[in-house]
Amino acid sequence: MKLAKWILGAAAILGLSATTLQAQETGDPGPAYVQQSLAGKKVVLIPLALGFDLAQGWNHYIGREVRGFGGVWETRDPNWDTAAGAQAITDLISSADKPAVLIVHTPDLTSYSKLFKRAQDAGIFVIQIDNRSNFASDAFVGSNWETLGELEAKAAVEGCGEGSSKKIGLIQGDQVNSSSLDQYAGIAKVLKDHPDFEIVGAPDSNWDVTTARTVATTLLQQHPEVCAVIDFWDNTAAGTAAAIRDAGLQGKVKLVTTGGGEELDCKALEDGTFHAVVMTDVVGQSRDVSALIKFFLQSGLTAGQAKSWIYTLETATTKADLKPGTCWSLKDVQAAEAASK
Amino acid sequence: MKSVFRQGMLTQERIVLVFALVLFALYAVFLKGFLAPNNLVAILRSIAVLGILSVGMGIVVIGRGIDLSMVAVMAMATAWQLTMMNSGTPALTATAITFGFVVLVGVANGVLIAYADVPAVFATLASGNFVFGLIRSRFIVQDAVPVPQDATLLMDFGQARLVGMPIEVIMFAAAALFAFLGLRYSKYGRYVYYQGDNYQAARSMGLPVRPVVILQYVLSALVAWLAGLVTAAGLQSINTRVVNSTLLYDVILVVVIGGIGLSGGKGGMRNVVVGALLIGIMLNGMTILDLPNIYQNLIKASILLVALIIDSRLNPRDEQVGQQGDI
Repeated sequence: MKLAKWILGAAAILGLSATTLQAQETGDPGPAYVQQSLAGKKVVLIPLALGFDLAQGWNHYIGREVRGFGGVWETRDPNWDTAAGAQAITDLISSADKPAVLIVHTPDLTSYSKLFKRAQDAGIFVIQIDNRSNFASDAFVGSNWETLGELEAKAAVEGCGEGSSKKIGLIQGDQVNSSSLDQYAGIAKVLKDHPDFEIVGAPDSNWDVTTARTVATTLLQQHPEVCAVIDFWDNTAAGTAAAIRDAGLQGKVKLVTTGGGEELDCKALEDGTFHAVVMTDVVGQSRDVSALIKFFLQSGLTAGQAKSWIYTLETATTKADLKPGTCWSLKDVQAAEAASK
Repeated sequence: MKSVFRQGMLTQERIVLVFALVLFALYAVFLKGFLAPNNLVAILRSIAVLGILSVGMGIVVIGRGIDLSMVAVMAMATAWQLTMMNSGTPALTATAITFGFVVLVGVANGVLIAYADVPAVFATLASGNFVFGLIRSRFIVQDAVPVPQDATLLMDFGQARLVGMPIEVIMFAAAALFAFLGLRYSKYGRYVYYQGDNYQAARSMGLPVRPVVILQYVLSALVAWLAGLVTAAGLQSINTRVVNSTLLYDVILVVVIGGIGLSGGKGGMRNVVVGALLIGIMLNGMTILDLPNIYQNLIKASILLVALIIDSRLNPRDEQVGQQGDI
């Protein structure tokens, strides 16, 4: 036994001296493998448009990670044009310098499905972000919009309270985008459990803030007793908020919406414009996407081999939940992007 | 001149007015709450920006042109102005720069059309895209630009009411009145009609048709900017996504449906007001009925088609004055 201890001790001392002599040799295969799998790999983000908070958040937070591991980070800006987005994907698939991973924000359930298949056949991993499509690609990262709708409906029901009119208005997005359709399904599900609550109107904003204001004005005019309005996007909720303000119903009509948790959301909660916001957590989503990119490129999987849905954990945030750091700041992100150029 | 104030009972303007009144009466009877004073004000407010744009478009169409860059100028000029103000440029400087830019766009449109003989559709389509691309890529960083909190003048303007009417409605009324007086009583206004009715004849008469055309597009650009400011004041922000919306087609819809013939030289501001009212009543009723957006668009498009057919029946193309680049 003594001999064994002595040998172990000697080995330990020898080992120690070896590490001091050759500091690089940690025996950890990680860094070299990561370097070999990730360095120089191209990752491209194609959002619906680069000009709004979510896309700029992803661009910053995911881009920082990709550049951090030595990858090449690029974006394409279809500027809300589905055809331009499809063109960008097609170009990338057939380009000589193919990306390793595509991150795509789909405009509707079907438009890009065939392209996703082609990209995967060409060996490109496809991560869909925020909006789901009918095609299950390598991964979807974003909200389970049905759950999100349920959270909004619960916040509206709570906001209205027992003694209220129990009438709710919806400002939907459109009738093709999954985020709008699924939100509606979630809201309808919750309201089934509250049969005394009623949806008195559900016009579409077509994701346009002016239209949101016009239809919300009409809705409030027809149903001034409405106790809550759920607007399907915080950007259009600015128009709905203007309609509530015009009607002199501020504070009486609880406005519930969803958004990326940018500072404007927190400000609107703080000053009472919004009653509750279900935040889709851009920062957390970006981290999930970054982790997936690192995983895919090291896993030995080929594109199209596996699929997964990484849903963001969401909660309805109200004024009471606000803490410093609840929201992220687009201004800071833009400043950081400008500084890195 | 024969057709400027068309004789007879069945002018398109009257048909539309009657149609609007019938629709109004039907809604009033069948839709609860339609007649509430606040709803009527809401109708007017909802068409104000559309109406202001249509005033500018109306002037151009009377002069046998079309300005497809209006919505781009409206959104982008205002967005740029607000961006400058947000980053600390004094409001007056930002406004002066924007004014210069807007006039420049109008002059460029006019020169392309009047001197380079580029058809108005293509010239303004291209310049609208150029304005959007330039400002979106160089001068602003995001789609939605908020009105800065310290721009109290613009903020208060958005909340202001005059004789119970929101300021948007007042601005529409003022723009329409101003354009009406200008077109009817100023020498320039008559020139617009003459050259719109028959460009070659107006030119042979010795009218300065090219400067008249240029000023038309400067006016429409300025009116578009006004519409942008009114939007920003009301929403406390401007969203450049409006450029991709159907707003531009709605503006053309108002102008055509009101009875300003696309072949030029006909109609006036009354047509714009009537057209805008019809659209406002129609959309308001459809929203009260909770019709989905796709059906609203379908109904709007069908009405535009009917209006175009009536327009071509009432204002048939004239071989003599038809010209190359005619829309």
